[in-house]
Order: sequence, then C-alpha cells, then structure tokens
Amino acid sequence: MSLTLEHVSRAVDGQIWIDDASLSFEPGSFNVLLGRTLSGKTSLMRLMAGLDKPDSGRVLMNGKDVTQVAVRHRNVSMVYQQFINYPSMTVFDNIASPLRQAKMSKDEIDSRVRETAKMLRIEKFLTRYPLELSGGQQQRTAMARALVKDAELILFDEPLVNLDYKLREELRQEMRQLFETRNTIAVYATTEPNEALALGGTTTILHEGRLIQSGRTPEVYHQPKTVLAAELFSEPPINLMPGRIDGNEVSFANFVHFPLNVDLRNIGDGEYKFGVRPSHLSLVPSNDDDLELAVTVELAEISGSETFLHVRNEHFSLVLHLPGVHEYDVDTPIRVYIPTHKLFVFDQQGGLIQAPGLRMARVA
Amino acid sequence: MAEIRLQQLAHSYSANPAGPEDYAIREMTHIWEQGGAYALLGPSGCGKSTLLNIISGLLSPSEGKVMFDTTVVNDMSPEQRNIAQVFQFPVVYDTMTVYDNLAFPLRNQGMAEAKIQTKVQEIADVLDLQPLLKKKAKGLTADEKQKVSMGRGLVRDDVSAILFDEPLTVIDPHLKWKLRRKLKQIHEQFNITMVYVTHDQLEASTFADKIAVMYGGQIVQFGTPRELFEKPHHTFVGYFIGSPGMNLIEVKPETGGVGFGGIHLPLSQALQQRLADTKWSTLKVGIRPEFVHVWDGPFDDAMCADVTYVEDLGTYKILTLNLAGQSLKVRLQEDKPVPQGQAWISFPAQWLMLYADEFLLEAAHHVPASEVPHE
Repeated sequence: MSLTLEHVSRAVDGQIWIDDASLSFEPGSFNVLLGRTLSGKTSLMRLMAGLDKPDSGRVLMNGKDVTQVAVRHRNVSMVYQQFINYPSMTVFDNIASPLRQAKMSKDEIDSRVRETAKMLRIEKFLTRYPLELSGGQQQRTAMARALVKDAELILFDEPLVNLDYKLREELRQEMRQLFETRNTIAVYATTEPNEALALGGTTTILHEGRLIQSGRTPEVYHQPKTVLAAELFSEPPINLMPGRIDGNEVSFANFVHFPLNVDLRNIGDGEYKFGVRPSHLSLVPSNDDDLELAVTVELAEISGSETFLHVRNEHFSLVLHLPGVHEYDVDTPIRVYIPTHKLFVFDQQGGLIQAPGLRMARVA
Repeated sequence: MAEIRLQQLAHSYSANPAGPEDYAIREMTHIWEQGGAYALLGPSGCGKSTLLNIISGLLSPSEGKVMFDTTVVNDMSPEQRNIAQVFQFPVVYDTMTVYDNLAFPLRNQGMAEAKIQTKVQEIADVLDLQPLLKKKAKGLTADEKQKVSMGRGLVRDDVSAILFDEPLTVIDPHLKWKLRRKLKQIHEQFNITMVYVTHDQLEASTFADKIAVMYGGQIVQFGTPRELFEKPHHTFVGYFIGSPGMNLIEVKPETGGVGFGGIHLPLSQALQQRLADTKWSTLKVGIRPEFVHVWDGPFDDAMCADVTYVEDLGTYKILTLNLAGQSLKVRLQEDKPVPQGQAWISFPAQWLMLYADEFLLEAAHHVPASEVPHE
C-alpha cells in the first residue's frame, strides 16, 4: 500500500505543529523522519496513524482518503521510545495480543508469534515476563508486537533512544533486514543524522513543523538544497564559513585567501557561505591545492574509535571528524587542511549553489 | 591532594561469599596517581558504582585496603577523606546566590571572608561564572548548575580528589562538549586527582589520560584511549570500545598459526611459542573494522569474503562480510571502491590480536602497537 499526505496542517492552542506537509511513501519503503526534538516528527506520525486529525489537508492510503478514519479502523502499528509491554503477560502473550484481538486461530497465532520472536532473537524468552528482561529485550518484545500483525504501516518513534549504544548498533541493522522482505511502509523518527544514514531508504528532514527536504537518503545527504538541510543532516554539524569570490581569488572571513581553482571556477563573483563536512577535513593534505589553516585545539573528543577535534582561529571554529584516536592537549597549535573539491557553496539566502563533485583525489 | 591506592581490594555484598560470582569487586590492586585524570568505564552492573562508593567512603570494602597516600582510610567518612563529588544531578543550594554556593565549603571551614572572596573570584573566573555570581542558583540552567557543583569542589585547597559520576547526563547535547573542554582545562590548571565514572566511551576517552575498563567486577584494562583502541587487553574492551566494536572469531591452533573454517592465519614464531606454553579453553582472534585491509580486486594472498550488507554512513561505509561462515565488519573510507558481491581482504599482522580465555596473548618481545605506523 502507499501513503500520501496532501497539504496537511495541524495547530494546537494557536501554535502551528505541522505546517502544510505534503509527502508520499511507496509500498515496501523504509522512510526516516529526521529532526531535532520538537521539530514535529511525533505530530506528523500521529497524523499518519490517524491518532490525530489534521486541521486541513488529506491523508490517503492506497489513493483512498482516510483522513476521517479512526486509528482502530486502519491497519497501523506504532513503537514508542518507552518500551510499552503488558507487565502481567508473558512475552508470548504480549506478542500474541494483537493477533488475539484479530481473532486469529490458535495454531496460526502460535506459529506467527514464534516466527516473529525468532526474527528478533527473543524466542528463548517467550515464557518470561517483560520486567525480567533487559532493556534491549523489552524493546524487541514491543517491536515484535508491532511486527507480528502484518500492519500496512508501522511507525517507529525513536525506538532505540533509551538503549545503550552497543544495542542500538545491533538493532539498527536488524531493523533494515526485517523490512527488506516486507511490503509494509515503515516510518522511523530519529534526531540522529547518523541513524538516518545507517537506515537508508528515504529521509525527510523536519524543522519547526515544516518539511525541509525529502528524498532518497544519500541524495538528501549529498545534495542538501539549503544550508539548513545541510546543518540538520550532519553530525557533528557541518562547518560553515562566510566567504567571497572576487576575480581570481577566494577568501574566507576576509582572512584566508587562496587562488580560485577548478572546483570553484563556475560560481562567479560574490558573497557566499562555504560549507565543509567534519569528515572531509584532515590533519594531512590529500591534494596539492588543499587549503592549509593554522588553528588551535579547543578539545579532542574521543569516541573509542573516532576523534571529534574542535579547533578555532580568530575568525571561525571548525570540527574535524577523524577515524582513529588522536590525543591533543587543549590549546595546542596545529594545522588542518580543507580540500576545495569537498566544499559546499551556498548563496546569501542559504540556497545550494554547488555540492562537492566527484573529483578523484589527485596525486600531489 | 593524594594518590589513591586500592590494595588487594575486594567487595562482596554477601556475608559469606562462596566464589568469585559472589563478589561485586574481585580482588584488585590499583593505583590512581596524584594529579591524574582518570576514567572508570563500564556497562551497567560491572561494579563501577560499587568501586566509586568505596573510594568516596560511602561503602567500606569487605576485603583489602583503601589508602590515600600512606593513610588507610577504610573507616573514614567522605568528609574525613576530603573527597569532592559531582553527581549526575547538580547539587546546589537553590535559595543561595552562586557566590554563596561557592563560598559555602570555605565558610564551613571558618575561613576569613576576605580570603573567601579571593578564592571564589578565582574559581568563578575559571568556570566562567563571573556574570552569574549574584544570581540565585534556582534560576540557572542545568549546565550552569553543574559548573557551580564543580566549583564547590574546586574552591577548597584541601581536596584529596574529585569524583565525577556521569556528570553530563542532564546537560543539553550541544553544550556537552563545552563542559568537557572546561573539565580538561580545569584538570590542566589544578593539580588534583580526578576520577570520572561513566558507561559512555566518548565521555571517558575525552576526559581521561588513562581509562580503567571494568567488566564483571574486574578492571580488565587500564590504558590510554589509544591503547584501548589499538591493543585491547580483553575481548570485552575490543567489543565495548569503538563503533562497531572489534571483530572476534573463535579459532583453533594449526601448524604455524591458528585457523577457522579453512582459513589459516599465520602467527609469529614467538607468539606460537607463547600459545604452546599457555593453558586455555577458548581461543579467539580479534581485528578492528578499521584495520581490515580491503583490496581493490582479487589478490593471491588475500582472503575472499562474501559481501552481505553495505551500510553507507555518508562519508564512509561499514561492510558486513561473511568469511568462511563468520560475520565480519569492515570500515571502508569514502574514496575506496565498494566491493561488489565478493571482497578480497587481509588482516595486517600488527592489528591481529590473539585472545586466550578472553585475555590478550602477546609474544614475550613485541613491538608496542603505538610504534607501528598506520598502513
């Protein structure tokens, strides 16, 4: 089945929660809603599910208007942040509950519960009670209940946020595999850009109740239409520097000057915002025309196998995302390198002018 | 200010512990040197909170000694030990101004007001609290309150050590790094032993010069962030540090090395000897996803694996491979071609670790991993 939102809006107490949202999800697709806290992700999902009705606009399922159809008459499941299970029922009965409501035969219930539990690797715990399980197992139980009934639409509202990062790693990958063979539309809300990337499918960026950009996840990531989309879909945040192209010279913050090269030749004179992703900055030059910047270390944040290096000069701050462990004392002077072919260029209003091309690394 | 020594320390909550499983802390001797920045890192239930409570004096260990320099402090209260603590939730006196909050521990000691003023101003400068000194603590944001909590510990000259227990939990994500930077600066300016307890590898590795990784009531490795990444001493450290964690594969000894499913992995003579001299019941090899080498095409000396999943993380990819029935994660940089269907890989010898009963097995004479250049 397909799901379409047409110019959907909703206000609560005079405050706009969802502002003119139009979206379409294909059958069997996996779709991420990416946005910060209070950006409207949950509100949009509630409209999709039929838990709330829009003030204006229409919700269509398979082309049929379901705007006025209540949630219990739609074939929808939802998984929440908090693991919601029935504490007095065994894991088996928890998973079976939607099937019993649908009056399915005992044998069929039994086989479907076992199959779903096996898929989520909780088949060993079917006779236990939810509170005897770890957080990850409890969330798997809640997910199994959502998956067991072949809903046409499954909504996940930040389901992994309360789990530790090792479990999130595991469950994130399982999520995609679970949906690869199903014809269900999955919608998954998250605040984390890296989770959106890992889950793939499509990504819709939300901000203050508005849809900022929507499309295939790698396209939205590599071709953000605006500075705002680039900022929201980058963790750590994309580095932005004010700059100017003037004849044969490019300058950042009136401070770093370098000759215009092939990467920026087609843009024309003017004032711009230049962006570069933290993972494209480096401690060693990768091309002979990389820009060298003298900076001081604000902090080396080390995350086990990666380093987020915060640096600054007197005009702007940058963050580098480096693989491996790099230990630096606070205030150490270092040099960092910006590859010009990895620069995003935005106009003064924030519209994208140029995204990094596919120039291959040149030998110095 | 003090060195903290845990001498043959162990703790059981049971009155008559029968075996190792009855111990929340298994016997350990461990030294936190004066002036060091340390982290105690581990998952929930690993014993880190018990150990923290033993150091601070909230709990008396059932066996062994806690020593501050040469003094045994087992029976001393936290106040007697002069330990300052910063908890998850900031502890401030809401009705007092920031100034009075910072002055509070000094007034308790009966210090003269003029001297108190100097000390409070000094700490407020360090923590960027100057503009807030006259404000009531009640109106502060969570990160400001947490800075006041830290300031109350730093303001005293006689503090032996500062213990932090997940201090950034309630701080807004985008402010966390600023507070982490502040903590680093404080440690560089004040010569105080600091121990930071957390389950978060980022918090631990960013703050600490050395990290004690706790697992099952034991410190399984005490090392720098680089050592934990490059040479995990225990399979748990390999798994827990890094995203994704280390690939661990059970192997059997073979002539000239070890192997699994028809794959042979050669070991150095010295390591083979060490393995022959060691008793073990399970044997594993470990290699981090970052260190698996992926060749651009078929290559004679490489192993061939099936590509089962490609996770595109924007500027790099995580491949899931199947190598002779074993699942393996590999990190691939953006500019590398993505293997289709099959991947040709090898395990560079310096990054292939051998674990006997979960602990790292090393040849007697080895080149430290930190001296081996990256490939």
